[in-house]
Amino acid sequence: MLPLIGIAVAIVGFILRFNPLVVVTVAGIVTGLAAGQGLLEVVATLGKAFNENRYVAIVWLLLPVIGLLERAGLKERAHDLISRLKGATTGRVLLAYLALRQITSALGLTSLGGHAQMVRPLLAPMAEGAAEGKGGELDAPTRFRIRAWAASADNVGFFFGEDIFVAIGAILLMKGFLEQNGILVEPIQLSLWAIPTAVAAFVIHGTRLLLFDRRLARERAAPPRPIDTPTGPGADA
Amino acid sequence: MIRLEAVYILMGLLVGGIAIVNLRDRDHPKRTGNALFWGLYAVSFLFGSHLPDLANGVLVLAMVGVAAARALGGGSAESTTVEERRASARRWGNRLFLPALLVPVLTLIGTFALRGVRVGGVPLVDPRQLTLVSLGVATLVALGAAMLMLRPPAATPLREARRLLDTVGWAAVLPQSLAALGALFAAAGVGTAVATLVTEWIPLDHAVVAVVTYTVGMALFTIVMGNAFAAFPVMTAGIGLPLIVGTFGGDPVIMAAIGMLSGYCGTLMTPMAANYNIVPAALLELPDQNGVIRVQFPTGVVLLVVNTVLMSLFVYRA
Repeated sequence: MLPLIGIAVAIVGFILRFNPLVVVTVAGIVTGLAAGQGLLEVVATLGKAFNENRYVAIVWLLLPVIGLLERAGLKERAHDLISRLKGATTGRVLLAYLALRQITSALGLTSLGGHAQMVRPLLAPMAEGAAEGKGGELDAPTRFRIRAWAASADNVGFFFGEDIFVAIGAILLMKGFLEQNGILVEPIQLSLWAIPTAVAAFVIHGTRLLLFDRRLARERAAPPRPIDTPTGPGADA
Repeated sequence: MIRLEAVYILMGLLVGGIAIVNLRDRDHPKRTGNALFWGLYAVSFLFGSHLPDLANGVLVLAMVGVAAARALGGGSAESTTVEERRASARRWGNRLFLPALLVPVLTLIGTFALRGVRVGGVPLVDPRQLTLVSLGVATLVALGAAMLMLRPPAATPLREARRLLDTVGWAAVLPQSLAALGALFAAAGVGTAVATLVTEWIPLDHAVVAVVTYTVGMALFTIVMGNAFAAFPVMTAGIGLPLIVGTFGGDPVIMAAIGMLSGYCGTLMTPMAANYNIVPAALLELPDQNGVIRVQFPTGVVLLVVNTVLMSLFVYRA
């Protein structure tokens, strides 16, 4: 059970809200030490693993383009485009995106979304714009809630769409693993059995998005007490 | 052949440039910490492939040290005012979307079009890294297009990238660290230990109990590891194959497909899945690091119940 100490470190660290980067590194080192490696050996293993996973960070190459376009008013444009649409509400905008993200992911087009590419520069401003088109300037907590929902729409759409595509990593992993254990399956069968869950995910998250719409409408009609609506430097971010 | 290494060099130049912009920003209270952190990260991208493992490890520890000392932080202010941006948005209209949409579209086209392109008998792009290399090329093309269109001062892209990256801060490195942690966990046999724990403590003498243990176990293990791909082999070797398929004669396809998706429910609920949950919170400048998880949690729980019911209904029928 000794290797599990690293997991305990990670859980306690996250609960106590230490800097996650520090927590993760300490958890990794503790795990290595518990497995009987020497300190230098653990640091080398950590360095090797970190180095081999550099591809995870490549998405940040987008920052110069996104930053440049933001400076030229990209978010403002996305915001205005939606706030002028009469039928647009935050929930409906996000519901449409959820559907689009699920369908494109199911077709293998997973790179069409993402938090740096789509959510920050386009989707979140659109979702905020839809709300502001209805009731004027948003308070900071409402704005943050809308942004969090925008991020969730991207995640749910991506996770529960991609598995329907036959050539995606998850399907290949399952096929490979079953094959190692002497069970031959067709990837298409695995894909088909991802569909019921995909439909359920859309129904569940979609319903919650529309309920969120209602709550926004209720709050517009009867604003919560002023004590609940602190405004801060992030309010106009 | 264009390999991933070329994209790493590009990343190194970007992050190194961001370090320099930080260093030269005399008004920024944490400019030294920021410059040090991104400078070290640039070294990792530029030279990581040639450094010994131990040196790379020391590099990681130094970066973590800067983050731990709270020397990192503070996004810099926007370079333009809201009024300026609104005026610019009116001027450019929907043309502003073009460079932004160019990135995913070109990545997609590159992934398909560059497959099989050969120059002098060798593939132009390493076939195993088509998507990542295409993404690198797409961002360069989109940046060129945006520069031609907007004609800002030459240093603007770097300054804007710095503004965004300092907003995200250490969270930008977290997904990579978590991937490294997964490798360390795997090497230390964490997976097998968890599977042993589960199978020892739960009375798995009923077919439905096996299903519930498997789906909930997939979700919990994913919450701990931050990655359903890490949970799948462990839980499936520990419970799925021997019990659901072996003892109770369930269908392996349904078991595997819905089992993996149960893991994804866990992904919605954990800070360990940093690139989906923590990074967007930082990118969207949410005050609560767990703001995205809070919103997703109910969906994750309800969907896990649905998955468990689906598997219970169908896995033993096929």
